[in-house]
Amino acid sequence: MSAGQPYLLGHPTDAALSDKLLGVVWRPRSRLWWGAFALSGAGTILLFVMIARTLTTGIGLWGNNIPVAWAFGIVNFVWWIGIGHAGTFISAVLLLFEQKWRTSINRFAEAMTLFAVMQAALYPILHLGRAWFFYWLIPYPTRLEVWPQFKSPLPWDAAAIFTYFTVSLVFWYLGLIPDLAALRDRAPGRTRRIVYGIFALGWRGSAEQLRHYRILYGLLAGLATPLVLSVHSIVSSDFAGTMVPGWHATIFPPFFVAGAIFSGFAMVLTLLIPVRRIYHLEDVVTEAHLNSMGKMLLVTAWIVIYSYILEYWSVWYSGSEPEIYQYFVARPAGPNAFVFWLQQACNVVAPQLLWWRSVRTSTAALWIISILVNIGMWAERFVIIAMSLEREYLPSSWYGYRATFVDWGLFVGTISFFLLLFLIFLRLVPFVPVAEVKELNHELAKEGH
Amino acid sequence: MRAGVLARFDSPEALLRVAEALRTRGYRRLDAFTPYPVRGLEQALGLRRSPLGWFMFPFGLAGAGGAYFIQWYLNAYDYPLNVGARPPHAAPTFVPITFETTVLAAAIGGFLIFLGLARLLRLYHPVFEVEGFDRASIDQFWIGIDARDPALVRSLAERDLAALGATAIAWFGPEGTRGPERPARSEGGIL
Repeated sequence: MSAGQPYLLGHPTDAALSDKLLGVVWRPRSRLWWGAFALSGAGTILLFVMIARTLTTGIGLWGNNIPVAWAFGIVNFVWWIGIGHAGTFISAVLLLFEQKWRTSINRFAEAMTLFAVMQAALYPILHLGRAWFFYWLIPYPTRLEVWPQFKSPLPWDAAAIFTYFTVSLVFWYLGLIPDLAALRDRAPGRTRRIVYGIFALGWRGSAEQLRHYRILYGLLAGLATPLVLSVHSIVSSDFAGTMVPGWHATIFPPFFVAGAIFSGFAMVLTLLIPVRRIYHLEDVVTEAHLNSMGKMLLVTAWIVIYSYILEYWSVWYSGSEPEIYQYFVARPAGPNAFVFWLQQACNVVAPQLLWWRSVRTSTAALWIISILVNIGMWAERFVIIAMSLEREYLPSSWYGYRATFVDWGLFVGTISFFLLLFLIFLRLVPFVPVAEVKELNHELAKEGH
Repeated sequence: MRAGVLARFDSPEALLRVAEALRTRGYRRLDAFTPYPVRGLEQALGLRRSPLGWFMFPFGLAGAGGAYFIQWYLNAYDYPLNVGARPPHAAPTFVPITFETTVLAAAIGGFLIFLGLARLLRLYHPVFEVEGFDRASIDQFWIGIDARDPALVRSLAERDLAALGATAIAWFGPEGTRGPERPARSEGGIL
């Protein structure tokens, strides 16, 4: 623990901590929550309307066409998958490094991962065109007789995302079990106790159960750690495996992973700062947490900036004319060039403010920077995906991409659906891991003696 | 543990002290119920390290072997396609799916085995009947001695636990094999 920065304020008793953190589940919903719920619910309806239109009419409703065959759908897919990465990073990697500041925020971040991956998975399925044949990705015996082509990165993607979602879900649920048991014992009302009791699976917190629990939790963290690195590496192979100028680069896997963790931390902050304020959790999610996440944001920003520089250097060094044109002419001055400059402003310039401690501990400043980074990382994916395709090898087919109403509707719709799931999560289970915070509280109390 | 004696203590430190004291008095089948993991408790109770990792390992191996075999069988053996003159059996391109499936199989397998080892999915347990046990998940610490512990004589155990500072003592599960109504056998001699 860094000097003078507590990860838990005051010396609450276990009972007080439990009531405060478990209570979010049964205390009455605020007007603010209902307002946010209504707004994101409306956006979710928009999403399903747009999905219905896409399925019934076809993906001709989207703005992409040859040569820009991948645009909003894939941009949003990569953006959402990237956001998910911070959850796994916080819950698994920081667990292995025994970072105490992960304790209060890990469940929150894991839930964000699950919901972000759900949004991400929608896009490639819709992008198939005939989405109802998505199961053709699975090698099952059929009269078709042709199997999936496993030498292409696209089936890797399907395997990576399915594994990522499933392992994240198991990890998240495992972490929830002790708190579900606490809810079974503490929640008011018989129905609540029965429902939480079923999901608690009969947990008694016995040493006999905990000795298996701790080993499984550690092993799952160990398994999830390489997943953090592998999932976005595999996503980046979808691009790096082609010859499109702007995509064909060996730096892509680490570059994408760094960008994923960068954008994920930004999204954690975007969600955490308002929730911390609304639920008065300043003594559990302290300034020290915000400071640590601000530092992570700055570090990952610099890894991303370093990748940008390296990318430009290797393009210049390659001497390949289409590549040099793509990076030095098309991106800064071609169609949609403002997105490129937006990316630089949000990802390169804005995070530099985080060098100041006063910025890292100011909720308003941190929140604005986190939103800028979210925008910047979306812009980066747009630049990589759509802008590279705008200037492919064949100049006669060059054109400037424009998103359609359906594209924007789907994008706004997934953001709403994500927020809707998140709002429901905030009310169904304690979003701060209560058992872990009590354990931390006990350790800190002992250190204090 | 289907039956036995339960005793309540107020702090994890007290629980650790009691666990060690009970071990030195010859009790061998002990368990504790705590709201959060207490460091050192498993050693104090004499529990061994969980074998879960060894059970997960074959699942991981099966995931790896199965995924690699499927990819080889489908793309290299059953229906090889010539794509850009790449060899049909292209080992490096089979690595990502093999890796992902290894992790997936180990994680799912590990979770299922955990449910078995920790006796979960069984929602009811006699300890839940004990008055005040619902706070074992909130802020109280209970220790239990299994009825099958050869050193257990109920009246003596209750006296021991009271002497160690228990704030509540209760019997859980079916009364039976080792109640006070039954004359103490040779195990009584441990004191």
